[in-house]
Amino acid sequence: MLLSRRNLLRTSLLAGLSAEVLEALQHAHEAAQAGGGKLQYLDAQAAAEIEALAAQVIPSGDGPGAKEAGVIYFIDRALATFDQDQRELYRTGLAAARPTGSIASIEHTEFFEALRKHVVMGFLASPAWGGNRDKVGWKLIGFDDAGAFQPPFGYYDTPGNME
Amino acid sequence: MSRAPFKPSQQVDFVVIGSGAAGGVMAKELATAGFSVVVLEQGPYLREPDFKHDEFGVVYQSAMVNNYKQQPNTARKSESEKAKLMPAVGYGRQVGGGSVHFTANYWRFHESDFHERSLFGAVPGATLEDWPIRYSDLEPYYTKAEYDLGISGVGGSNPFDGPRSKPYPLPPMRIKSSGVLFERAAKKLGLHPFPAPMAILSQPYQGRGACVNCGFCESFGCEMRAKSSTLATVIPMAEKTGNCEIRAQAYVRKIEIDRRGRVTGAVYFDHAKREIFQRAKAVIVCANGAETPRLLLLSQSSRFPRGLANSSGLVGRNLMVDTWAFVYGQFEHPLNEYKGIQVTRVLHDYYQADPKRGFYGGAGIDGRFDYYPISFALEALPPDTPKWGTGFKKTLAECFTRTMTMEAHCSCLPVHTNSISLDPEVKDAWGLPATRVTYDSHPDDVKTTHFARDRMLELMDAAGAQKTWSLPSFDVLPSVHLMGTCRMGNDPDKSVVNAENRTHDVPNLFLVDGSSLVTCGRQQPTATIQALAYRAAERIGKMARSGEV
Repeated sequence: MLLSRRNLLRTSLLAGLSAEVLEALQHAHEAAQAGGGKLQYLDAQAAAEIEALAAQVIPSGDGPGAKEAGVIYFIDRALATFDQDQRELYRTGLAAARPTGSIASIEHTEFFEALRKHVVMGFLASPAWGGNRDKVGWKLIGFDDAGAFQPPFGYYDTPGNME
Repeated sequence: MSRAPFKPSQQVDFVVIGSGAAGGVMAKELATAGFSVVVLEQGPYLREPDFKHDEFGVVYQSAMVNNYKQQPNTARKSESEKAKLMPAVGYGRQVGGGSVHFTANYWRFHESDFHERSLFGAVPGATLEDWPIRYSDLEPYYTKAEYDLGISGVGGSNPFDGPRSKPYPLPPMRIKSSGVLFERAAKKLGLHPFPAPMAILSQPYQGRGACVNCGFCESFGCEMRAKSSTLATVIPMAEKTGNCEIRAQAYVRKIEIDRRGRVTGAVYFDHAKREIFQRAKAVIVCANGAETPRLLLLSQSSRFPRGLANSSGLVGRNLMVDTWAFVYGQFEHPLNEYKGIQVTRVLHDYYQADPKRGFYGGAGIDGRFDYYPISFALEALPPDTPKWGTGFKKTLAECFTRTMTMEAHCSCLPVHTNSISLDPEVKDAWGLPATRVTYDSHPDDVKTTHFARDRMLELMDAAGAQKTWSLPSFDVLPSVHLMGTCRMGNDPDKSVVNAENRTHDVPNLFLVDGSSLVTCGRQQPTATIQALAYRAAERIGKMARSGEV
């Protein structure tokens, strides 16, 4: 049950929502995605700045990174809906990062932690939440979302390797 | 007798508060015995189509657990401190409770767990006691639970288990790479690994289909109904009788008593926060080890100024929580552990407390993988991984499919001052006092987690891991195993319920859930909670029929 405990820690940082609200949100996301990646909350400049920082957390090259995954649309959605309480953190954080534009310059800040978390989530959450475009995040780590599998699952449970 | 649904003004035989591991069993057993039952559940009635493989939506947005924005907790280490806002307790909050999203580990407690105080002796600073019942008293009910719900495993494969009257109803789940490596390592070290007993179907059973290895067990509801939650098993059986109504989004704030000191029913908030009083001849609280004592404390009255059924002063005390250690190993070849159930092999060689270790405690250890893409990236990477950049991306790409973990489920001593109480200031979204946890680990529990971590590092090495790392020790809160807070016993001064789960103070009030546990075994309390529920239901039914309730 360890994961459940970890979940509790996570959710303390996020607005918890009822299943019904989640459902509605999800539909909104899917609809927005179908519309072709329009920003809901961020203006173009803030979005560009965030995207540039996000691309330093998970860079492009050796496969798609945060930019190609469309992480910025996840973050926009977060700030527009379930993480509205982080808008001020983003505003001040972006201002602090602006002089250099470098992620290294903000590495030990609260904004970095929040941004990094959002980038990872946007990279690896279901595409329905706005990021992980074409499942590029899942492809990078080797996660297959088929939803049902036949054994063997890996090398060590393959007959012949099991001893 | 009228049929469900019932009117609140109608006096039903039983109100059951909570529909989880215990409440679901109580509902089915009493309804099939012919009693009228209303189950009041805080959370919504989710169905299989509501269960999605959406890590962000389910895990990171509290779709299936209590929500701290609406139900805040506070916590502190000692009674002299002011508690601070923080997540402290977690529980499944929908019909079926935690049995819906649990990992589905289904160990029985050992024979020794019921009389460890006699076996080991007193532990300074702890309130370790023997149970008023023994393993042999519960054995028939463990078996009943295993057959009623559908448990997969190999009876007799764990040499440290107590005697069983029957094998498991279903063969074990198929082994995964983590299980193969765990078993290989354990055997190399001369230990006794065995197939994990799981509340998941390895084959079709009672109209439900077998597991399809999707991998989304822990933290998720099973859309295939292959996980043997009470939602998928006993709750439909209860409803089918026509004697049982499951009333979801019914958040109980008080159990009422009359002038004779008998409970008369429960007041709850419905989905629109309207207060409704459901009348009943008897009340059974199955709300979990945090919510059950909280509700009793909320139900204070002139007759019970310290809280309902709390003449002992022990309601909420002796809180035991999940106490654990965690080790990671990275291997040469892909394991793809995200496929299939989380746990396939376990060992109990270090389970028994051994005075030679110099402290009380023991652990059951399993080979597992209970991460999903986001949680893995945020929380499971080796500690030397860069936080961003090419190095971060490279580790992410290489690690996910090649990592497995081991978890040690450790003993947790009952301590008088570790408790659930009502916060004097913080309120929930319904205006009720928030749950306040006072908790500080007993020193022996900390030693046990270190001991268990070291054993797992040996196992990981023996398994041939290329690289190992472990989680740093940190506070055990928030906890999702919540036990001991209304402990069972024969002495009304030293316990809250008797060996029948009846409160010593109120003849028609019963408590059946993790709060009854006198000791916590080595965590994984669900099988024991459900065995207790089957046993209590049988006794309560008999008492009700003979007019003793």
